[in-house]
Amino acid sequence: MINNRVPSGELAQKWSTYKSTCKLVNPANKRSIDIIVVGTGLAGASAAATLAELGYSVKTFCFQDSGRRAHSIAAQGGINAAKNYQNDGDSVYRLFYDTIKGGDYRAREANVHRLAEVSGNIIDQCVAQGVPFAREYGGLLSNRSFGGTQVQRTFYAAGQTGQQLLLGAYSAQMRQVALGKIIEHNRHEMLDVVVIDGKARGIIARNLVTGQIERHGAHAVLLCTGGYGNVFFLSTNAMGSNVTAAWKAHKKGAFFGNPCFTQIHPTCIPVSGDHQSKLTLMSESLRNDGRIWVPKKQGDNRKAVDIPEEERDYYLERRYPAFGNLVPRDVASRAAKERCDAGYGVGNSKMAVYLDFAAAIIRYGKTECTKTGIANADQATIIKLGKEVVKEKYGNLFDMYEKITGENPYEMPMRIYPAVHYTMGGLWVDYELMTTVPGLYALGEANFSDHGANRLGASALMQGLADGYFVIPYTIGNYLADEIRTPKIDTNQREFVEAEKAVTDRINHFINVKGKHSVDYFHKQLGKIMWDKCGMARNEKGLKEAIQEIRALRDEFWRDVKVPGGANELNPELDKAGRVADFLELGELMCIDALNRNESCGGHFREEFQTEDGEAMRMDENYMYVAAWENKGNNEWNLNKEDLIYDVIHPSQRNYK
Amino acid sequence: MEHKEINLNLKVWRQKNAQDSGHFETYKAENISTEMSFLEMFDVLNEKLINEGQDPIAFDHDCREGICGMCSMHINGRAHGPWEGTTTCQLHMRAFTDGQTVTVEPWRAKAFPVLKDLVVDRSAFDRIQQAGGYVSVNTGNAQDGNALPIDKAMADASFDAAMCIGCGACVAACKNSSAMLFTSAKVSQYALLPQGQAERKTRVLNMVAQMDKEGFGACTNTGACEAECPKQISLSNIARLNREYLNAQMSL
Repeated sequence: MINNRVPSGELAQKWSTYKSTCKLVNPANKRSIDIIVVGTGLAGASAAATLAELGYSVKTFCFQDSGRRAHSIAAQGGINAAKNYQNDGDSVYRLFYDTIKGGDYRAREANVHRLAEVSGNIIDQCVAQGVPFAREYGGLLSNRSFGGTQVQRTFYAAGQTGQQLLLGAYSAQMRQVALGKIIEHNRHEMLDVVVIDGKARGIIARNLVTGQIERHGAHAVLLCTGGYGNVFFLSTNAMGSNVTAAWKAHKKGAFFGNPCFTQIHPTCIPVSGDHQSKLTLMSESLRNDGRIWVPKKQGDNRKAVDIPEEERDYYLERRYPAFGNLVPRDVASRAAKERCDAGYGVGNSKMAVYLDFAAAIIRYGKTECTKTGIANADQATIIKLGKEVVKEKYGNLFDMYEKITGENPYEMPMRIYPAVHYTMGGLWVDYELMTTVPGLYALGEANFSDHGANRLGASALMQGLADGYFVIPYTIGNYLADEIRTPKIDTNQREFVEAEKAVTDRINHFINVKGKHSVDYFHKQLGKIMWDKCGMARNEKGLKEAIQEIRALRDEFWRDVKVPGGANELNPELDKAGRVADFLELGELMCIDALNRNESCGGHFREEFQTEDGEAMRMDENYMYVAAWENKGNNEWNLNKEDLIYDVIHPSQRNYK
Repeated sequence: MEHKEINLNLKVWRQKNAQDSGHFETYKAENISTEMSFLEMFDVLNEKLINEGQDPIAFDHDCREGICGMCSMHINGRAHGPWEGTTTCQLHMRAFTDGQTVTVEPWRAKAFPVLKDLVVDRSAFDRIQQAGGYVSVNTGNAQDGNALPIDKAMADASFDAAMCIGCGACVAACKNSSAMLFTSAKVSQYALLPQGQAERKTRVLNMVAQMDKEGFGACTNTGACEAECPKQISLSNIARLNREYLNAQMSL
């Protein structure tokens, strides 16, 4: 049993009590304390900026050429906050409740409540920074609804909310760079954590332009390095998104929490061929207005527009009348897979379903006609006006769809299919966001903490910014208050030298193997194993096979990978080799975790555990815990359990019917 | 969507590092599906080069959905290639015909030195932002988000400017290598919002000074930047920047 350090007291009072009683570091001491922040997405940029504002000396690291390019930028739909601006019954408690329920009762109550509590402050902070959120004609902030909830609490900036929030955090970060409080290291990749006397004291990083290996010391290290969806090769993640920083931390003693909890997003553009390098998300906000359907007849090859209304199966509306097209992501994804597996899929591959806006276009068109006083409008006028409304709401998404597929979604329904999108699992952290290595923290998607077994839409941006702006600035002080006597970290210590040597040896190995196959060759094979056997549906037999296949593939990779070029130059193939080597270890742990969890919950669907009508069957008596895996070396792990105790919410079987 | 396969002749800029003078190499890209993105075509080519024991072509890319601003290829003389309002990663091979010759170069600008092949250093943009592209508000000081209503038209115009992805196509497209569209988009975002008013004058002066210091050229209003911008940032932002700059200078 591991200590999650959740404060005692009433749930709703825990965070305010903690803030009032945690240790503080005085301003003079803050100046001489160094903090390393790895990753400059929402969590990293907001943490770096805020810690620098407080007076700490911060160093940031990112593999991209600028902090502004971190993959948070691609988040489309929105950010949740319990503001109740719509007067539709929202509250901190409801956001907390929806998030716990959406996560299928596998998240920690105290963390999620804190997240809901600070959600409103995030919106205020972003508005103050000049983030141009969508507004109503009266000048107030606009909201929309997202899957898994019945209130409108999502704030947004067209389909580019992540971009605007990240650029807000990035601007705060740039301000601190200009003030000299943050020193940036772009085009750098963290390749190890240095642990001295049990505490994180720095990192080893590689300059991706020159290939130089660098040692950086600090009193605390924050990993804000995102998720590991690219273990599947194809995902909605950016090409460079990787698990390396988190994995190095794991191998240096940080436990890995719930690695098998992966989110498969229901609305992505389907795979078009073997050349596919990544998958593109179509925001969940589209499900507000789009209706999802397949033909009622198996193998129906007619064009969508030629299939009459009565021959269409709006299967989400049929199966889940209360939530309809707005069921949570895991439920929507499995329902699409079920229809396609049963032979009702559409498109060339038959692995797609329709997302149709025709009804929304008519509905909006009629409203516009009423608003503008057009009486007895003909169908053409209604459709024309309706398309204009849809264009304003989702124009950028529709354009993106057309560029990728060559089809016009205003005229024919989109074809969509689920794709890997987010990883709820990640480094295990306590209430203070500290991993099991003192002084080593994990924020945002890189940690496991707030989304349980399934994340609700518009909650990732909320968590990243909550961790960075409002949680870590308090919790890190509680640790650093005892570090004020620690002098500047000397990077000539033995542990730094050894870590650097291990990193260099590994790089030299990749360069010198000179095997037969490229890094992508191995990555694609790993992705296929993971998608087929540890993807949307898993079973014992498949997972056991996957573990053997991954081990064999890993051996082959180390023996036979081909990395062109040298170590001391800009070498993207070398960068990829290091990342894929780590994915090949993580993949095995994901399968081990999925095999251990003999239940279905959220995004983790074990075929052996389902109800008669195919819904996920949780096994609370045996699995109401966080699986925190401890690395024992040589690809062996020890399972530690953090029991999840629900003081306030009574877990029930999720019901969206 | 129906797809076909095409063959292309590629002329690609190869440059070992910042010190190397660089040259064009010719490659054949064969059996390219028109469903592929332009970068997936490069993936296929690189895989072939690796298998043949040659050095693959280095290029910047990350999100591959047109928002991170990392991809940066100059294709047949146009920043991000032939499709309007499109980044290189969203450009698809449907845009090309069988047998076509396609020339691919890095961004060309003094302020964006080439690091290798098609990869350039755009850190000058970060430094322009550091010169004033922010509102000086520490975390924790904010009033309620709805305490200050903002005219929707102003908020929308601010958002239109804020959509800039910082890719540098405006600089690459400009015969003077001017960074005015990038800088003016950031200046406009804040000038249009009440939150940006307190630092309105110092912001524009400092950002323009930094832009000049980085070695970007002057703006002569040719409009190539707007034409090539993948996010279609409007030239009117440059007009606004000029007004802001004049106003700030006169009231100093």
